[in-house]
Amino acid sequence: MARVRAKDRMKNEVNAGSMADIAFLLLIFFLVTTTILEDSGILVKLPEWSDEPPEDIQLNSRNIYSVLVNTNNDLLVRKQPMSLKDLRDDTKLFITNPKKDPTLSDSPKQAIVSLKNDRGTSYKAYLEVYNELRAAYNEIWDEQAQIRYGKNYDDCTKAEQEGIRSDFPLVISEAESTSFGDEG
Amino acid sequence: MSKFNKGKQKEDPEVSTASLPDIIFMLLFFFMVVTVMRESELKIKVTTPQATELTKLQEKSLVNYIHIGRPTKNYQAKFGTSPKIQLGDKISDIEEIPLFLENHKASVPEKLQFKITTSLKVDSDVTMGIVTDVKEKLRKSGQLKVNYSAKKRTGDL
Repeated sequence: MARVRAKDRMKNEVNAGSMADIAFLLLIFFLVTTTILEDSGILVKLPEWSDEPPEDIQLNSRNIYSVLVNTNNDLLVRKQPMSLKDLRDDTKLFITNPKKDPTLSDSPKQAIVSLKNDRGTSYKAYLEVYNELRAAYNEIWDEQAQIRYGKNYDDCTKAEQEGIRSDFPLVISEAESTSFGDEG
Repeated sequence: MSKFNKGKQKEDPEVSTASLPDIIFMLLFFFMVVTVMRESELKIKVTTPQATELTKLQEKSLVNYIHIGRPTKNYQAKFGTSPKIQLGDKISDIEEIPLFLENHKASVPEKLQFKITTSLKVDSDVTMGIVTDVKEKLRKSGQLKVNYSAKKRTGDL
């Protein structure tokens, strides 16, 4: 009798079948809650560094779209104050110049957007302005893609995109920032 | 004939599921370990600004991060309140950037090195002075692909 009972006790195992379920639950919890940190942002290619001062190139002032963001985060576009909301459309107008206005750019290929900031400009203001300038180009490219190929710019093939880009090259030149309002 | 049907026919051979929890625990631990974010060790406050023209960064191994922001409360006694640069997990001087880039470059296969992107995670409140200095350092080090990290803008301007 005693022997049988001992045998019984040996058979007493904890049912491990539900362990899998518990572990699955935990696994799914972690899968759902962990957003694998995705980084996104505005991709920029910086100009190469050269120790020599850049050559002075005289450009027709009608082809330059100068944007200045000062220490107070105010916007000065072609010597006129402007609000950030108008910047995108104004930039587009300057680049494309559909009415051949003599004060705006000769052609999109010659248009240059020049961005200048103070050292005291807040990064937020700078990035917002940069974003608007980028958005202006992106919208132009999108419109061109619609006109030429009847689809979005992102859906175009590499060659088509390059074709559009070479006609409307993205030129955002950044001038050396002036040292106003730096906090050091 | 039934060479294979001999013996105990009716007893279903069960696959042992005893090791299933172990497998899943392994997966679980993998996820727990992998998803420990560097982010938690930030010694500076970084809230990236919002933007609309975003590009997603694809391969994480080809990205290095430079954080710029003001030290958090715990570190203000040590580092002050003016904007600082954090490379990896410590607050660094601007002169350490070339070495930092070089170290990261060494961990990337040679034929992929041209794809390396530097992601600048900069706090909205920081002034451009320090950002300009960092950009100049990056240019001098030949690291020209730069990403201004930003969040998707939800509202209007």
